[in-house]
Amino acid sequence: MKNRLKVLRAERDWSQSDLAGRLGVSRQSVNAIETGKYDPSLPLAFRIADVFGLSIEAIFSKE
Amino acid sequence: MAMSAYMRRYTIRMLAFGAAYAVTLVGAIMIMKQPWAPTGVPLYLLAVLPALPVIGMIWTIMRLAVETEDEYQRHLFGRQVLVATGLTLSLATIWGFLEDSDLVAVLPSYHVTVVWLAMFGIAGCFVRWRA
Repeated sequence: MKNRLKVLRAERDWSQSDLAGRLGVSRQSVNAIETGKYDPSLPLAFRIADVFGLSIEAIFSKE
Repeated sequence: MAMSAYMRRYTIRMLAFGAAYAVTLVGAIMIMKQPWAPTGVPLYLLAVLPALPVIGMIWTIMRLAVETEDEYQRHLFGRQVLVATGLTLSLATIWGFLEDSDLVAVLPSYHVTVVWLAMFGIAGCFVRWRA
């Protein structure tokens, strides 16, 4: 699964730690999701979408 | 970096059970060497006493899977347990066949738990290094 986390973070000038804090997860989690090593669960994907004010489809896409 | 609440609970429990293991093991050995050492059922209870903190350590590790608030850390923990279990079962199987062939000493079965705890630590380094 591909995602636009890095771009969306950069647009908001957020570090991985900033995003992790907003999501209530570790920085390693954000890094793993961002680099495609880990696909988040649906509840976490919804939280990510809420944080960015976007739909899940606007952030995540199939390979 | 501040330690998360679930990791703090894990660390405190592990330290407590580790200390309890040391105390019960040394205590049980010392009591068994005394002339007034218990016999029968009390001796069984005394012999089993050091196992209880070890079971507590296993419980502590399993609780980590439940209490971890971070799903990626839970995912890594699951892999760590799988790797540790796979390595331990492999080693136990190899050792068992070597025992059958009288090539190595017959070890007490609780060594499996000790090996699993060691493998759990090694697997943690491996899994997190690759994460």
